[in-house]
Amino acid sequence: MRYVMVIDTKKCVGCSDCVVACQVENDVPLGYCRDWVTESVSGKFPKVEMELRSERCNHCENPPCVRTCPTGASHTVDGGIVVVTGNKCIGCGACIESCPYDARYQHPEEGYVDKCTFCFHRVEKGMKPACVSVCPTRCMYFGDLHDPNSDVSRLLAERKYKVLAPEAGTKPQVYYLI
Amino acid sequence: MNEELFISGRNIHNIDPHLEIWEFPIALYLFLGGLAAGILLFASIAVLLDKEEKLPTTTIWAPIIAPIAIVIGLVALVFDLSHKMFVWQLYLAIRIESPMSWGAWVLLIVTPLSFLWVFSDLRKIFPKLDWKFPVLYKLEAFIREHKKFLAMVLIPLCLILGIYTGILLSAFNARPLWNNAILGPLFLTSGLSTAAAAIILLAKSDYEKHLFSKIDVGLIIIEIGLIIHMVMGYYAGGEAQIDAIQILINGDYSTMFFVFLVGLGLLFPLLLEVLELWGLKLSVIIPAILVLIGGLVFRILMVDAGQLTRILY
Amino acid sequence: MKTTRREFIKVSSLGLGGVALAGGGFSLSKLFGESKHQGLDMSKLKRYPTYCDVCFWKCAAWTYVNDKNEIKKVAGNELDTHCRGRLCPRGTGGLGMYYDDDRLKTPLIRVEKDGKQTFREASWEEALDLISGKMKDIKSKYGAESFALLKHGSPGKHFEHLFKAFGSDTIAEPAFAQCRGPRAVGFKLTFGSAVGSPETTDIRDSKCLVLIGSHIGENMHNSQVQEVSDAIDRGITIITVDPRLSTIANKSKFWLPIRPATDMALLLAWMHVLIYEELYDKKYIDKYSIGFDKLKEHVRKFTPEWAYPITDIKPNQIRETAREMAKASPAVLVHPGRHVTWYGDDAQRSRAIAILNALLGSWGKRGGFYFSEKLKVPKYPHPHYPEPNWDAKDLSKKYPLAKTGITTEVIRASIPDENTEHKVKAWMVAGTNLTQSVPNKKMTLKAIEALEFLVVVDLMPMEITGYADVILPECSYLERYDMIRSSGWRTPSIALRMPAVEPRFNSKPAWWMAKQLGEKLGLGDYFKYNDYKEVIDWQLKQLGTSLEEMKHVGVMNFNRNGRELYLKDGEDYKFKTPSGKIELYSEKLDKMGFDPIPVYKAHEKPPQNYYRLIYGRAPMHTFSKTINNPYLNDLKDTNNLWINPRVADIWGLKYGQEIWIKNQDGKVSDFPVKVRITERIRWDSVYMVHGFGHNNKKLSRAYGKGASDSQMITKVLVDPLMGGTGLRGNFVTILLDNPHKNIES
Ligand SMILES: Nc1nc2c(c(=O)[nH]1)N[C@H]1C(S)=C(S)[C@@H](COP(=O)(O)OP(=O)(O)OC[C@H]3O[C@@H](n4cnc5c(=O)[nH]c(N)nc54)[C@H](O)[C@@H]3O)O[C@H]1N2
Ligand SMILES: Nc1nc2c(c(=O)[nH]1)N[C@H]1C(S)=C(S)[C@@H](COP(=O)(O)OP(=O)(O)OC[C@H]3O[C@@H](n4cnc5c(=O)[nH]c(N)nc54)[C@H](O)[C@@H]3O)O[C@H]1N2
Ligand code: SF4
Ligand code: SF4
Ligand code: SF4
Ligand code: SF4
Ligand code: SF4
Ligand SMILES: [Mo]
Repeated sequence: MRYVMVIDTKKCVGCSDCVVACQVENDVPLGYCRDWVTESVSGKFPKVEMELRSERCNHCENPPCVRTCPTGASHTVDGGIVVVTGNKCIGCGACIESCPYDARYQHPEEGYVDKCTFCFHRVEKGMKPACVSVCPTRCMYFGDLHDPNSDVSRLLAERKYKVLAPEAGTKPQVYYLI
Repeated sequence: MNEELFISGRNIHNIDPHLEIWEFPIALYLFLGGLAAGILLFASIAVLLDKEEKLPTTTIWAPIIAPIAIVIGLVALVFDLSHKMFVWQLYLAIRIESPMSWGAWVLLIVTPLSFLWVFSDLRKIFPKLDWKFPVLYKLEAFIREHKKFLAMVLIPLCLILGIYTGILLSAFNARPLWNNAILGPLFLTSGLSTAAAAIILLAKSDYEKHLFSKIDVGLIIIEIGLIIHMVMGYYAGGEAQIDAIQILINGDYSTMFFVFLVGLGLLFPLLLEVLELWGLKLSVIIPAILVLIGGLVFRILMVDAGQLTRILY
Repeated sequence: MKTTRREFIKVSSLGLGGVALAGGGFSLSKLFGESKHQGLDMSKLKRYPTYCDVCFWKCAAWTYVNDKNEIKKVAGNELDTHCRGRLCPRGTGGLGMYYDDDRLKTPLIRVEKDGKQTFREASWEEALDLISGKMKDIKSKYGAESFALLKHGSPGKHFEHLFKAFGSDTIAEPAFAQCRGPRAVGFKLTFGSAVGSPETTDIRDSKCLVLIGSHIGENMHNSQVQEVSDAIDRGITIITVDPRLSTIANKSKFWLPIRPATDMALLLAWMHVLIYEELYDKKYIDKYSIGFDKLKEHVRKFTPEWAYPITDIKPNQIRETAREMAKASPAVLVHPGRHVTWYGDDAQRSRAIAILNALLGSWGKRGGFYFSEKLKVPKYPHPHYPEPNWDAKDLSKKYPLAKTGITTEVIRASIPDENTEHKVKAWMVAGTNLTQSVPNKKMTLKAIEALEFLVVVDLMPMEITGYADVILPECSYLERYDMIRSSGWRTPSIALRMPAVEPRFNSKPAWWMAKQLGEKLGLGDYFKYNDYKEVIDWQLKQLGTSLEEMKHVGVMNFNRNGRELYLKDGEDYKFKTPSGKIELYSEKLDKMGFDPIPVYKAHEKPPQNYYRLIYGRAPMHTFSKTINNPYLNDLKDTNNLWINPRVADIWGLKYGQEIWIKNQDGKVSDFPVKVRITERIRWDSVYMVHGFGHNNKKLSRAYGKGASDSQMITKVLVDPLMGGTGLRGNFVTILLDNPHKNIES
């Protein structure tokens, strides 16, 4: 099993519902976030292009955050989801420094490092991650890349896509349809 | 015109615009670690070369700094952890791929060894000291007897510790300014240079002062060479590398880099030390202090600036 | 400085509520136990139905509450057509309205203390006694009609009932003259019916969607956004006309970056192409419309070449886009927009949009506009309302097509020296932040100054509360019952709003306030229930269900039993216009002395060094009311001023630089605003998101963040047909230095 997320930039409107939904679902303290929305604009008026992306931990296949963690608090679980065990984390920040996507933060009250969990607590009950389940444009897809019939496999087979900073060698598993 | 902006979530001061997870304590930790490694390395080499008599500062006095530096460094490190009470988790895992992990383990070994080193010589410094327990006298005698063995163990450990202070940063692919192979040797050299400076400051004999002035001159020259090599390497690199080095050459940190590190921390003390070696009557205190400050500035600079660089996507 | 009787109170003693932040103390259990942030366990939460009140789309939702009676989540109701199980960011963050600790906490009464005006806390009994006393007093002195109700949204409905029972129909809301009034008038004149809310736009099945300014995606009206997104999957052609690359413009096949204020010319040129290239739906026009020949003659000279220098849109682009529309006809939708009070000729522009739709044969057709059906919720029995001697409509007689009250006219009638037949002496303001939502704040303040009494019912210490004599704190929508939502849609539906938790602090629902006031005024017969849920239950039973049942489902969808959703081919249909036909030419307008067919009139252009101020929505905020919401503020806590790089160069501006703006009348922004230099906007306009720039310090997160577009709108372009307040005729220039430097505030 390989969980991945596929996000259609052609439909995303940058509303940030995915961000609030995550904040509420996962009790992310105000001022911090597990996901966020980026806008990139290129070109010159009136030939302007823009891309909106909902970003989060990429649950990398080759995660530097797991490698640099001195305690094993950051580790990979079923389906390739990268998680942090709060009670093993010393808050050294090595994983934060090693993540090319700045996907992690130190929890201001608890002290351990936190980040997107692909909503493992929902996924294991057969639900979609909170952000995916709320997105009004339905531009986010979540599923098993090893299942050829899943939405995510189908979309990646049919559409052009990209991942972020492939040159970092982390093999990110959040795909953007372009 | 191109624009890249966070339209939500990340336009918050806690994460953006700059990642500042590692602050001064980490820089201090790296500095003190390098200093301690250098001092113990010099001391061990001196012992192995049977120079204990001629180099008392190197082998007896300066090493006192080592355990103190390491302990302060460790306190600084723990201070910078955000989940401090769990620090013991470091010693429930050996994670070879994590510099943070093997650094913790190396320190776990070096720290007691540095204490033993100092302990064995402490009565040379304070002759009136009384250990009270016979075991301690026995231990002292045992260490003195096996000092060379201790030195042999310490040399590789100190090299590892010195390099580690650089690797801790260079292991991070995600921060282009750190991610280069030279940082390990560079920090090792810089650590040795600060150690030499510390010895110069404490040394009483001109012989020891001069010897370490010479050593320091050599180390500074190597350090400058490595820095030039590093900068050139960045310019030969990709977009992210070029972008990253700009922060030192032509960005927020360029004053700190050119004036405080290259100028006051390297070139000026080099000049003073060379002049002194040529026989000019100059105090070696000033260059030595400058080298020490320069060493700390270098760590602060690299820790801070490095976190601002990122792979562009 | 002279202090007015009703000085704006900035610092005073709003009721304090003890607020404990979750502490992060160390405990042994933390060392070994599970970390507490593990995500919600939905199986442990109870849920209560509601419909969202963060905007007026009214999406049905569930409020999830844990065993400690804490609201943990608000999520869409799967059965609901407004949201299809998904709320927009504002709805998802709606619980922030409940949790906001800056909320109004208890009734407040204005008092004078040591020569300074301040608010003191009061009991409900005292505050309501004061208000009912004033109402009686005003009634005996000037007649009940002189007590006006300015309202918006749910609370307004309850007070409307109170006011009508009391004898005043001097009622107005910003949804008409500041929002969709012109559209209602334009479409009614043409098709005999308005598009309503939710709009009867059949985006779901449309093949070509034309958006004139309407910025769906930033305008987060939920199901519209969802339907557009589905349509993108289906390969819909979108044509967006906007001086700014809006989010949806970026997803469009055609983006026409029009010179602002010239849309009418484009619409006429499109008509020209459709008619003279014979692309229009002839059968449809022949069967259903009148005045085609006159229209044809009228648009003869409005060629794309004529429109080009006006609109800045190339003739071939105008032709190409008109052909795209025709290709998709009748499954084409020239969207009527919603906030359409732009330039003062807005009812006519809306009419032009309606006519364009008629030419494309889209009204009553799949993929165009469908016929909605709505369930009529029976009125809970009460005595007849007394007949007022005059009402809000009498205040807006100047505007013959205004079918409802006009906020600005009610405000004008409150100013003593204005030449109005009827005088307004007191207001109740409920659920509208007048100083931010109605333009020309100076006039509003002048009116407020002259009022004998002002009571404000609000959730938050918004700007308008600072001028009140009495402030009544309403609880949020998550803490109360409200009217049954009955919506017109493809299929009729109803939804229930019920409290999930007890009201925080000493706040109360509007229905309760209205009932208390009613009883104090001797109008108890109009409020024959103890709890509003009795009204709801009674009404639901009339509709064949019950409160009990609705608590379990939240939403109930009904089958249509009126007419079909679309016109059948060749079906006879009588439009509700005077002629029974689609009126391309309007006799009615002609008789009233207005243009029977829309014409293009040039609007004023920005003077040298000034730029047209345009504004819009950010998807995560609703007007001024969500800026302080902790969750939504976290997403976007300020607005910025969009400026084209060419303009930025002229001014030597840097990205993110703080500047101030000044409009053509010399009005300077209270607060600085950061510039966003972006290719997404034309060089003759600047853009900002509406709702920011709050100047009430009690809004701890919103105060002083960003600039207020409303503050810059001192010039109002009034629509002569219906009194709509065109807001986009204002021009601003840039001030690089702090203009307030020497003034202590
Ligand atoms: N997130 C969010 N969504 C909302 C609301 C909210 O507060 N927040 N409010 C709701 C309400 S009540 C309403 S009425 C609607 C309003 O939403 P819309 O009806 O979509 O509002 P507009 O005024 O058409 O939208 C503003 C757009 O018009 C463009 N514009 C400015 N001047 C011109 C011009 O001269 N010509 C053209 N063609 N375009 C121009 C601006 O660049 C901007 O993109 O939004 C609704 N949806
Ligand atoms: N400059 C400018 N002006 C505009 C617009 C614009 O884009 N720019 N848009 C126009 C449009 S389209 C519209 S529809 C109007 C909207 O105008 P308004 O409806 O007045 O919008 P808000 O400014 O959000 O004010 C809503 C008020 O209701 C309060 N409130 C929120 N919840 C509750 C509640 O549960 N109970 C009570 N009693 N009060 C509550 C809020 O705190 C706030 O004070 O504004 C119009 N005016
Ligand atoms: S919720 Fe969906 S549409 Fe909105 S920003 Fe997130 S991914 Fe984009
Ligand atoms: S995105 Fe960052 S945190 Fe997530 S797995 Fe990759 S490296 Fe680790
Ligand atoms: S902060 Fe925690 S998770 Fe990250 S590397 Fe350190 S111990 Fe591991
Ligand atoms: S998957 Fe869950 S944790 Fe990750 S961003 Fe989405 S809501 Fe947040
Ligand atoms: S569109 Fe959004 S804010 Fe408006 S009612 Fe629906 S969920 Fe609430
Ligand atoms: Mo509106």
